[in-house]
Amino acid sequence: MPLFDYIPWPLRLERRQKPSAAMRIWSSPLAALAMLATGLLVFGALGKDPVAAFRVFFIEPVSSVYGIGELLLKATPLMLCALGLALCYRANVWNIGAEGQLTLGAITGGGVGLFYGAALGHWVQPAILAAGVLGGMAWAAIPAFLRSRFRTSEIFVSLMLVYIAQLLLSYLVHGPWRDPAGQNFPQSQPLPDNALLAPLLDGTRVNVGFIIALLLAGLSWWFGTATAAGFRMRVGGLAPAAAAYAGISERRNIWLALMISGGTAGLAGICEVAGPIGMLQPVVSPGYGFAAIIVAFVGRLHPLGVVLASLLMSALYLGGESAQMELQLPASVSGLFQGALLFYLLAAELFIGFRLRRVRRAPAAPPASA
Amino acid sequence: MNRLSSPTPPRLALHGISKRYAGVVANDRIDLQVAAGEIHALLGENGAGKSTLMKIVYGVTHPDEGSIEWQGMPVVIRSPAQARRLGIGMVFQHFSIFETLTVAENIALALNDRLPAAALAARIDEVSQRYGLPVDPQRLTHGMSVGERQRVEIVRCLLQSPRLLIMDEPTSVLTPQAVRTLFDTLRRLAGEGVSILYISHKLDEIRELCDVATILRNGRVSGTAIPREQSNTSLARMMVGTELKECRLEPRQPGPIRLELTNLSLGTEDPFGTGLRQINLRVHAGQIVGIAGVSGNGQKELLAAISGERLCEQRGAVRLCGQDVARLNPAQRRHLGLRFVPEERLGRGAVPGMSLSDNCVLTGATAGLVRHGLVRSGAARAFARATIAEFAVKCDGELAPADSLSGGNLQKFIVGREIRLVPTVMLVAQPTWGVDVGASLLIRQALIDLRDAGAAVLVISEDLDELFAICDCLAVLAGGRLSDAVPRAGLALETVGVWMTGDFQAAGPAAGVAHAAV
Repeated sequence: MPLFDYIPWPLRLERRQKPSAAMRIWSSPLAALAMLATGLLVFGALGKDPVAAFRVFFIEPVSSVYGIGELLLKATPLMLCALGLALCYRANVWNIGAEGQLTLGAITGGGVGLFYGAALGHWVQPAILAAGVLGGMAWAAIPAFLRSRFRTSEIFVSLMLVYIAQLLLSYLVHGPWRDPAGQNFPQSQPLPDNALLAPLLDGTRVNVGFIIALLLAGLSWWFGTATAAGFRMRVGGLAPAAAAYAGISERRNIWLALMISGGTAGLAGICEVAGPIGMLQPVVSPGYGFAAIIVAFVGRLHPLGVVLASLLMSALYLGGESAQMELQLPASVSGLFQGALLFYLLAAELFIGFRLRRVRRAPAAPPASA
Repeated sequence: MNRLSSPTPPRLALHGISKRYAGVVANDRIDLQVAAGEIHALLGENGAGKSTLMKIVYGVTHPDEGSIEWQGMPVVIRSPAQARRLGIGMVFQHFSIFETLTVAENIALALNDRLPAAALAARIDEVSQRYGLPVDPQRLTHGMSVGERQRVEIVRCLLQSPRLLIMDEPTSVLTPQAVRTLFDTLRRLAGEGVSILYISHKLDEIRELCDVATILRNGRVSGTAIPREQSNTSLARMMVGTELKECRLEPRQPGPIRLELTNLSLGTEDPFGTGLRQINLRVHAGQIVGIAGVSGNGQKELLAAISGERLCEQRGAVRLCGQDVARLNPAQRRHLGLRFVPEERLGRGAVPGMSLSDNCVLTGATAGLVRHGLVRSGAARAFARATIAEFAVKCDGELAPADSLSGGNLQKFIVGREIRLVPTVMLVAQPTWGVDVGASLLIRQALIDLRDAGAAVLVISEDLDELFAICDCLAVLAGGRLSDAVPRAGLALETVGVWMTGDFQAAGPAAGVAHAAV
């Protein structure tokens, strides 16, 4: 019997007659508010003035044109990765390794820029972006092949490939690709100037990657709602048996989902290398590929939601840096906010399908008499 | 409230029960009395309020108004657990079974008292044998067919020695012999003083089995009757409010072969499934062939082999319109004119969270709902609207999600969608399982019209009455083997019953005719 029959607990979760449309929209904002409240409590507990901390965390970083540029700059890789992941997750394909695909995109795109940058002339920027996309796709092709051929779990394969990609990058910048003039620092030569993505606005660092990300958000919305391929991916995610019934190929869905998400993650990687970083170094991402998983879900797997959620997540990164500098809080405060956000989001999601109901204790039933 | 001043109070009495959902009155001042040892039928179409009323009695939902008396004492039934403690058991139409657990574990979950596993298994065996409901306590439930799951449910209820047993459409998946056994069981239970609330739309059964019938229509009691003294027509009139016309199957000369299975053998992917052995079958244009048999005898495998959800290695084992399709996937087979209505409506025949319009896109690529890789949503909505209108689907427009429809309405929609996609060969599994009388009639008539329009129709069903009503030829699937398809005329129900046990040698008088016809 359900535990509730024995424990006099005054609240009970009750399945709603149909999912709540209001909660569907409000679960993400509610989670963000709860995260904020938790953060302020933590600041208070650490002996900081919560109001001042709030200002340092959320207001100061974006109170200049440069700051807003940074917000958009950090939102770019998050948005790129999360757009691909959202399509993936809607199709019930669980790519957890966007971080690895991002890293591979940085390697392939960066490699093309380093070795062919001079030769490519005007074509260097399209070429390195394309190489980044292809690198991400190639890395995502491994879990796609293993899943569709051998039914291995794409969750584990894509996750483990993250570490392989990071070690590969580390090997390259410590070894063959190390800048001979770099005083033995583990980093490559700087990318040639014509390979670097120019800032959109003077005094900021945000580049064309952000525009591409916004265009891809629109494209992804169109793909999901208007194309037959997008429709097939949604059916595959919602009801695999219905997909089999209608003759929708599971294998094709898996490949498409992983190619799209691998490609956007690879693009995110090369946009970082050809943008703010300007060279290859052992670490090219502070975990954008993992944070993008949270972004995808906070955005409710919808392109518009992903755009907004990536801005929120970017603000958390900026706030974390600002808090580190001005409040002498540890860098992990960003991680705390991210974790709290995901935690509250999962909790709020429950209330889409369920509601909390107070139960009065029933007077004991009269004993059954035969 | 007036109560009968009889010396023994009724086992269950409902007084003025009302229940409203947003905008809908599901139950409107319903009075109902069930005496001890009485088999009481509750008749009504889908949406008449039967399920809501039974959920109230079983404590799943709570009435807005009205009172309940149990053996003369007023009670408030707050939960199913309390209902079970009172002595009320219920066999649901949609089974609440945990697929990852065994039969015994599922049953243990629903018992108020804890029993050691061995003792429980022994009791399950005892009850299942006593009541002719074979189930293996150690078997995992996830691969079980609808019919087998229902057996688990019935056994689960009987184990609790209920004083009132609610049965929601219990016979829809049983063989005629099993129905006889179940009726004997129910009569024996009634003789032991157990009251039975019997929900069904099978009027013959109700007239044979039940002492009293309460008929619901639009949430109200539209009449009570002694079923024995009524005809099917008069009961149906009380239930539907109008006269029902019967399906008519005019004899018709069959056309060329459209679907042909030749020595089809196929293993099963399911550890508890039944592989197919040497299946031979021909379905002609303008012919309805029915396949009878209890679920779990290879039905799932046969459907998958014909629909293309599973591919066969043997070349030529499955032919559509003369073309070998053994290695074509479902979409490719659809391009050759195959349409399919599966047994599971939600999750296979339709995507739960998607709109009806999107659910037309699911199989409607051949009807121009997809062009140049793009979904034509305007065309899809028009297609959905036309399907809704033509098949009288009750729903909130073509953008309503599929899971907002009742089972019967969703089935009408899926059958309608597939028929409007102009089948050459139509494959239908359990066309009217759990569907009310009016909708069943509409679906059966639609299949007959389809046959008259020259389509080849193959119906796989556990409902023999239905197969006898709409099929030109009947075959039986038992233990993964298929009997010859025999013209329905001159085929005895009992013969089919024997064949369902796998004994095809016990040929009825019609066996010789079969070869002449094919």
